[in-house]
Amino acid sequence: MISRRRISRRWLQSAALALAVIVFMGAGDDSARFKDLGHRMMCTCGCGQVLLECNHVGCQSSDKMRDELQAALDKGGSNNDDLILQGFVQEYGPTVIAAPTTTGFNRVAWIMPFVALALGIAFVVYVVRSWKNRPEPALADGITIPRGSELDEFRRRARKETDL
Amino acid sequence: MSQIGSFALLLALGLSAYSFLAGFLALFRRDAASARLGETARRAGIATFAAVLLAGIVLVVAAFNDDFSIAYIFHHSNRELPAAYKFAVLWSGQEGSLLFWSLLLAGYGFVLRLRYKTDQRLFAYASVIIASVQVFFLLILNFAAHPFAIMQGSLPADGTGLNPLLQYPEMVIHPPMLYLGYVGFTVPFAFALGALIMKYPGEKWIQITRRWTMVTWCFLTIGVFLGAHWAYAVLGWGGYWGWDPVENASLMPWLTGTAFLHSVMMQEKRGMLKVWNMSLIFATFLLSMLGTFLTRSGVISSVHAFAQSSIGTWFLVFIGLTLAVCTFFLIANRSHLKSEHKLESLVSRESSFLFNNLLLLVVCFTILWGTFFPILSEFVQGHKVTVGPPFFNRVAIPVAMLLLLLTAVGPLLAWRKTSVESLKRNFLFPAIGALAIGGMMILFGVRPWEDPSYFYATMAAILSALVIFTVISEFVRGGRVIAGKSHQNLIGAMIHLCHRNTRRYGGYIVHFGVALVIIGILGTPFNKEVEKEMGFGDKISIGPYTLVCQSYTQDDNPNYANEWAIINVFRGGKQITTMYPERRFYKASGQPQTLPRIYPSFREDLFLVTDVYLVYEGKNETTGKPIIKAHLNPLVPWIWIGLIIMVFGTIVALVPNAAVVQVAVPVPARTPAQVGAGD
Repeated sequence: MISRRRISRRWLQSAALALAVIVFMGAGDDSARFKDLGHRMMCTCGCGQVLLECNHVGCQSSDKMRDELQAALDKGGSNNDDLILQGFVQEYGPTVIAAPTTTGFNRVAWIMPFVALALGIAFVVYVVRSWKNRPEPALADGITIPRGSELDEFRRRARKETDL
Repeated sequence: MSQIGSFALLLALGLSAYSFLAGFLALFRRDAASARLGETARRAGIATFAAVLLAGIVLVVAAFNDDFSIAYIFHHSNRELPAAYKFAVLWSGQEGSLLFWSLLLAGYGFVLRLRYKTDQRLFAYASVIIASVQVFFLLILNFAAHPFAIMQGSLPADGTGLNPLLQYPEMVIHPPMLYLGYVGFTVPFAFALGALIMKYPGEKWIQITRRWTMVTWCFLTIGVFLGAHWAYAVLGWGGYWGWDPVENASLMPWLTGTAFLHSVMMQEKRGMLKVWNMSLIFATFLLSMLGTFLTRSGVISSVHAFAQSSIGTWFLVFIGLTLAVCTFFLIANRSHLKSEHKLESLVSRESSFLFNNLLLLVVCFTILWGTFFPILSEFVQGHKVTVGPPFFNRVAIPVAMLLLLLTAVGPLLAWRKTSVESLKRNFLFPAIGALAIGGMMILFGVRPWEDPSYFYATMAAILSALVIFTVISEFVRGGRVIAGKSHQNLIGAMIHLCHRNTRRYGGYIVHFGVALVIIGILGTPFNKEVEKEMGFGDKISIGPYTLVCQSYTQDDNPNYANEWAIINVFRGGKQITTMYPERRFYKASGQPQTLPRIYPSFREDLFLVTDVYLVYEGKNETTGKPIIKAHLNPLVPWIWIGLIIMVFGTIVALVPNAAVVQVAVPVPARTPAQVGAGD
């Protein structure tokens, strides 16, 4: 009979193995990394395209850069994605990376659109509130504007009579 | 020839300057002579069109006559260039495109000045403002970017030819459409600024401007999509939008123009958002100018850019002056722009328009910010950074999802207030249908939790389906009511319904088209590609297709030499088509160009249509075999179909509403009640 302790140990080992498989699943997939990194860099031939989408006929730059990228991935070991990109930056300059990094002043590039969205939402909420609190426009004597349930009743009747 | 063209441009400058100055004086003088002065200004504006048209005709004739004594013709044409592309020489270079811009502006001004009796005073203000813009462009043409400059030295035997990338049928249409859009926004801008300056009473100026704005928006939409289709069909990278600065420059005024077309309805119906609408149309015009500045100044590098030149400074000064004038009058006359009503509920069409505008403006700001950030980075950090597709996709796509949700929900909210019962009635079945689409995607193997791109694809599918189902339900519900009362069939009743309110239902059709475009885009994460050297009989397997190289060969004509492969396409063991991916070498310019071939699988896949996209990437110089890159791009054809639907919807919206027919109904006479009876 297997002891409870041994069963628990087996479960823990299985969970650890499953976790390792999940965590390291992408690490071994070099073609996916090649595709991902190739879309995070720009071709330096002046076409203005990301590296893997350079449409320049006979482009020397993209062929050379793709070979370098493949070589970096084949090197393996401690060569993670950030180190590979850093290598390209050292060789080709910061403009080789297709989007601003999230360090230093470049962080501002990412933050500003969401700041604009937040400010815009705040502005819209302010405008809606100020419109709702606006005083009623002055009307001629004897005219009243239906409100609340009275207005809802008028709307229900209008909808029923027009059926639209 | 060049002297005629130069004279025409100088004459046009003089006429437009007179039109501006005389028109300006006529507006502010209050004596008997001002009407006559205003009339001469109007006629000078009309004559400007004739002068600019003459200059345009001279340039086109010079291209057809291979007059290489004109530097512009030498640099953009050659003897063997086909006739259609010789016509396109007019807009293929910096100077010619500025002349084309000026011509279109003069054309719009010509039509406006002929229709001045609609509202003489307002049209007079608009005419003066258009004349001022015309003066700016003609100053550039005459002094900074002259299209009729003469070649120095001996007369060359032949020109350097048109850029090979422009030698494609769509490039004959794309720039005119784009410019009709860019230039066209000058007209609603002129009306808006004129209405503000003269403190125009009421909202009639919007009704006058509405058609101009919709036509302009339609042209810009066609121009933007034609550019995307050209990139897809010619550039050979399998994509259609690269977030290039010049592409972004065309999208920004489109976004603010779209926001204006929506929020202007609030001003018409409820007298609200007046300051906002003024600001929007000013921003749209300024962004059109900014786009022109981006393309021509060399400030930002782009594959679309014309050569770097000094005219960037001219545009900056003009944009600055225009901004100053608009801001001055917005502040000075703000009391004239007070809103007339209050908002009653957050769940109302008014609120949905506000949020619609907010989201469109956030996307526009994001694009503007990303386009100019490299310059800001250089100023702050001392070096440029690239702001490319990963940035724009990551920021714009989530906001676009929210916009799509509003596209579905907004039109079905009532003015002032919408009840919960109404929301349930309008959205229950479309929402169930949309969620079912999402469920089907997951059933067919899409895993939105695995990758952000799959998540956004699923969300886009659900929201596009929601838009489509809500539009269909609106047509069906309204059609059923009319069918019941008029005893027509449902289709006839829906057409009748549409004709009774073309603006509303035309707008629904445009939304339908937008949803189809989104469906076309959401297939991107599922693209496949394979690249392989292919000799006789060699095969590529991609998706359900097998591509077999039947042969490869070369050809030659006076304009270019080319190499192409003959690829048979099989599916399920049966040949469905033959494709001929090609690479050309243009002799005049010495530039190569690939020409992809595209087969949309409508017959095989129906609604899940996929483009089979083949590119002749190059040739193995050792073996002589072609290197073929095969792409499978699911759903892309829906983008172009969506554009057609959007244009159709805009045309429907421009059609006048059906006249309401008054029918006399006999009522039996009654005996009048006696006074005091019943007391």
